[in-house]
Amino acid sequence: MSSTGDARMQSAAPKAAFKLSMLLYDQRYRSITIQIVFLFALMLGIAWLVDNTINNLRALGRDFSFAFLGNPAGYDINQRLIEYDSQMTHGRAALVGLLNTILLAIMACALATVLGIVAGVLRLSNNWIVARLMTIYVEIFRNIPTLVWIIIFGAIMSESMPAPSAFRGDDPSASMLLGDAVAMTNRGVYIPAILFDNNLGNLNLGVVSPSINWILVLLAILGGIFAHKRIVAHATAVQNATGERPKTWWKTIAVIAGPVVLLFIFFGAHLEYPELRGFNFQGGIHMRNSLIAMWLGLGIYTGAFVAEIVRSGILAISRGQSEAAAALGLQPGKTMRLVILPQALRVIIPPLISQYLNITKNTSLGLAVGYMDLRSTLGGITINQTGRELEGMLLMMAIYLIVSLTISSLMNVYNNRVKLKER
Amino acid sequence: MSDTQPISYVRDTMLGQQEPPATQRGVVKWLRENLFSNWLNSILTLAALVAIYLILTSVGPWLLNSIWDAESLRECRDILDGTPGACFAVITDRWHQLLFGFYPPEHYWRPVLALVLLLIALAPILFAELPRKMLYFSAVFPFIGYHLLWGGSVWFPISVFLGFVAGYIAFRALAKVSALVSVIGAVAATLVWWFFIAGPFDAAMYSVAPIGLEFVRSESFGGFLISLVIGVTGISLSLPLGILLALGRQSDMLFVKTVCVVFIEFIRGVPLITLLFTASLLLNYFLPPGTNFDLILRVIIMVTLFAAAYMAEVIRGGLAALPKGQYEAADALGLDYWKAQRLIIMPQALKISIPGIVNTFISLFKDTTLVVFIGLLDPLGLSNAIRADTAWTGIYWELFIFIGALFFIFCFSMSRYSMYLERKLKTDHR
Amino acid sequence: MKKSVFYGTLAATAVLAGAASAQTTLETVQQRGELICGVSMGLAGFSAPDANGVWQGLDVAVCRAVAAAVLSDPMAVSFVPLTSQTRFSALASSEIDMLSRNTTWTYSRDTDLQLTFVGVTYYDGQGFMVPRELGVSSATELDGATVCIETGTTTELNLADFFRINGMSYEPVPVESNAEAQQQYLAGACDVYTTDASALAAVRAAFPEPGAHVILPEIVSKEPLGPVVRHGDDQWGDIVRWTLNALIAAEELGITSANIEELKAGTDNPEINRILGAEGDLGAMIGLDSEWAVRAISAGGNYGELFAANVGEQTPIGLARGLNAQWTQGGLLYAPPFR
Repeated sequence: MSSTGDARMQSAAPKAAFKLSMLLYDQRYRSITIQIVFLFALMLGIAWLVDNTINNLRALGRDFSFAFLGNPAGYDINQRLIEYDSQMTHGRAALVGLLNTILLAIMACALATVLGIVAGVLRLSNNWIVARLMTIYVEIFRNIPTLVWIIIFGAIMSESMPAPSAFRGDDPSASMLLGDAVAMTNRGVYIPAILFDNNLGNLNLGVVSPSINWILVLLAILGGIFAHKRIVAHATAVQNATGERPKTWWKTIAVIAGPVVLLFIFFGAHLEYPELRGFNFQGGIHMRNSLIAMWLGLGIYTGAFVAEIVRSGILAISRGQSEAAAALGLQPGKTMRLVILPQALRVIIPPLISQYLNITKNTSLGLAVGYMDLRSTLGGITINQTGRELEGMLLMMAIYLIVSLTISSLMNVYNNRVKLKER
Repeated sequence: MSDTQPISYVRDTMLGQQEPPATQRGVVKWLRENLFSNWLNSILTLAALVAIYLILTSVGPWLLNSIWDAESLRECRDILDGTPGACFAVITDRWHQLLFGFYPPEHYWRPVLALVLLLIALAPILFAELPRKMLYFSAVFPFIGYHLLWGGSVWFPISVFLGFVAGYIAFRALAKVSALVSVIGAVAATLVWWFFIAGPFDAAMYSVAPIGLEFVRSESFGGFLISLVIGVTGISLSLPLGILLALGRQSDMLFVKTVCVVFIEFIRGVPLITLLFTASLLLNYFLPPGTNFDLILRVIIMVTLFAAAYMAEVIRGGLAALPKGQYEAADALGLDYWKAQRLIIMPQALKISIPGIVNTFISLFKDTTLVVFIGLLDPLGLSNAIRADTAWTGIYWELFIFIGALFFIFCFSMSRYSMYLERKLKTDHR
Repeated sequence: MKKSVFYGTLAATAVLAGAASAQTTLETVQQRGELICGVSMGLAGFSAPDANGVWQGLDVAVCRAVAAAVLSDPMAVSFVPLTSQTRFSALASSEIDMLSRNTTWTYSRDTDLQLTFVGVTYYDGQGFMVPRELGVSSATELDGATVCIETGTTTELNLADFFRINGMSYEPVPVESNAEAQQQYLAGACDVYTTDASALAAVRAAFPEPGAHVILPEIVSKEPLGPVVRHGDDQWGDIVRWTLNALIAAEELGITSANIEELKAGTDNPEINRILGAEGDLGAMIGLDSEWAVRAISAGGNYGELFAANVGEQTPIGLARGLNAQWTQGGLLYAPPFR
């Protein structure tokens, strides 16, 4: 390219004076060259892998097909959120596993969040002994692998709780808690279940068929939350207009709890208590050891990380903010709620998202205590029985990837909403 | 009033300072302020005390009454005779397996020496005060470490090392021609050396001077040795890869950027265990028929890819933390992209990222326990094998406590180091 | 730290890849000077490392016999512990030369998974163990019980079938390892522990109070456990198959590690002579020398001796021969003639 000439000439010049060497030495072309070379190398690499796979499969006399998902699974799964028995397909077993994974992930995320916030705040408290205890909790749990914790919690559950047979006899060595409602055994915890007398049947959605009663209850709760938002908005409007904020708490309780209670009465809801029959407790909801060990293991372990995130989030707010709040005459509780937390959340949420993702991915350690998650069903027994490791693994990776990406995009939406709007 | 009136009393010495009230001093004050400042705090304190008491009374006797010398669990039970007590005899009996796996006992000094040298090699990287000359040792350490752990012909690591030397010489020789040519030349020289000269050179030198430690197979590796080997190798190999990925993700080249983003998000979106299963079950499908190498090596490759994605994000954070002025200053000096990265951007970005890198390493080190699922005998896998021995069937707490304590010591000291660094790097004043 | 391994191996594999695939397994093993044998990660009596890291057990002994036959050194074996999940792909990918990991011979494994089961080292069947205090005397009384099973084995399929056939319900507690299962069962987290009857006996023997547990009479499945090799290398399959047969035949013919030196000089029994190489040249037919069987049998003794030393009634595991007695004693062990 010539160094002389006006703008018009310059724009015309490259075409006329294009030389092959410009692909390497001209800034404008070089990046294209690099990208094309990169693309070419990448495609070559992928083609090499695919070609190897095809050759290897042929050499082993195998094909690549997902047809095995339609074959009968032949194994039982203890914890199933949807109907399943050993005559159903491998695909169905994988779905049961996936639902177990999601259930565990949600439970562990909730526990980690609650524990993390409590421990993070208490670590900053001026109570010497509590702050020290929380430090010990955080350090011990953070520095020992989660797998070790899961196994330890599994051992604690099966070793230190009484066997169901201890509840039997005239003078049992163990007894149920909360007026015969909860039984803690070494096979898990049995809690009462809510049953309905008037069953409206199930909604058949093909793969899953949730109970219509529960769908209605869920809708009632969602409706209540929506109504609550309207009430709060109205209260704010009144406050802006008059300076007085009307009391809203009783309205909130009424709109959320009211419809649910009415629905429960209408459906004839009652509690089903667990009862010792035969070898085990029957009835109620059975939270198995494996679920509890995974839940506690993941929840408490990750809670230690969340505690650190919360603590550093609170510490990141400059002291001037709380001093300014105090100068305005806000009480410490309000300072926390209105000034510190909204700002701290901006710092807290992004690392919190990655902790939630970690929990979701760590649910795949379920096999260590026999929790039947996706990895134990599709990635474990199914692969083992059918020998379809390539297909099974690829499918499992794809599912985990979809779940992770969904979580991170949902949380990013939330993050964008709480983010400080810079104007 | 007269000022001649004699003064009846004048205090000419100060009164000694009075003791503060009993509630405002000493232990009582400390207790009031720190433990019982309000009712909520009092409840918390009492709850904490109860919790501590419960833990101590349930675990205390068991720990105090431990047996350190017995041949089997049954013997332990006989000695304890019904009283609660731990049987740490399993640790005295099997500690060497938990630490080294099945590494030949007469060669235990090799991994120990490798660990000591590793610490020496890491020192100049971790502590900026140490002389920079020590970095030369850090560069050579991988080869020494490899030879110490695996043994075999001493010429093998040397010939691999010479590959890098060949690359460097080519780089310097061609540097005058052009930056690009010199890089291509360096890579080509290294590859040519490895593929065509390294093998014969190794064989020839070994036949002339058969020096070397006894070869130890990867299958003999186990216990904490395997966790450390996988963790340390994974993290050090993932650093360069992570830097490239981070730069790729920030690149203007759309295609390169997309590929890097897809790779990073894929790796971060799937559990490590699926990658480990890929290493143990699937890698053979993807490689040419008949290719077959060591499971540990396959695991290291997968762990490296895994760590690289996380490393890329850490380094991206470091890059983002650099003020824009640094980039502009580099441009203003007329430095090209790589020179700017090498001389200005990376030294600063990496320094900021060290705490993040250390944290990535801690989590990777903890994640090495997952290799038990693919049949490698890490400490957890060995605990299963030990419990399968008829002498120790039925023992578990003692093993878990030992394993947990070792991990704790290691990870805790690393996290302290990373906190020390964070404090040192923190420049804001509050 | 170990950059060199990575690059070095990549370079090495590129060179070796072509050569390795063209070789037979026998050539590979002989060139390597070592047999790579896949075993269980720990099952008392069948394969478990002792305090010195030396692997012991019946499955291990079969590997040693093959190593002795092929390499003249029973210790020239490298044991690769495999989980029930990784075992078949390790074999398929040539990571191991043979698999000797209490693996059940089934139709789909033999055909669909492209494996070759060369024989049976132990005829097993799935049984149930319950605490004596439960007062259960038959597996058909187990309706509603909690059952501990090892995942990734044929056991869980048999269990599902058994309870389904008998119209009973149960609660499966999947566990990952044998050690884990024992811990759960002893703690009472499950009423029943089900696995191969041999393993049940081994497990019960290690309990603090073996008498407090009963093994129920029902055997709900057939579990012929044996060594496995890859499809496609019949010579290697023959070597492993006939090494095992030599061990079994040796017991039948009274060849022991004690008298083998004297018998190999020649006896009146032509079959003994053929096995021990004093007559004919059977070894050459499988690519080995004539003394291969002598070495295999001397490695740890004949089948009976191996059984007695590892799982027999004198060991803590205390298994009776049962189905695993010679056919002449009413068992199922029946080595085809060496001819």
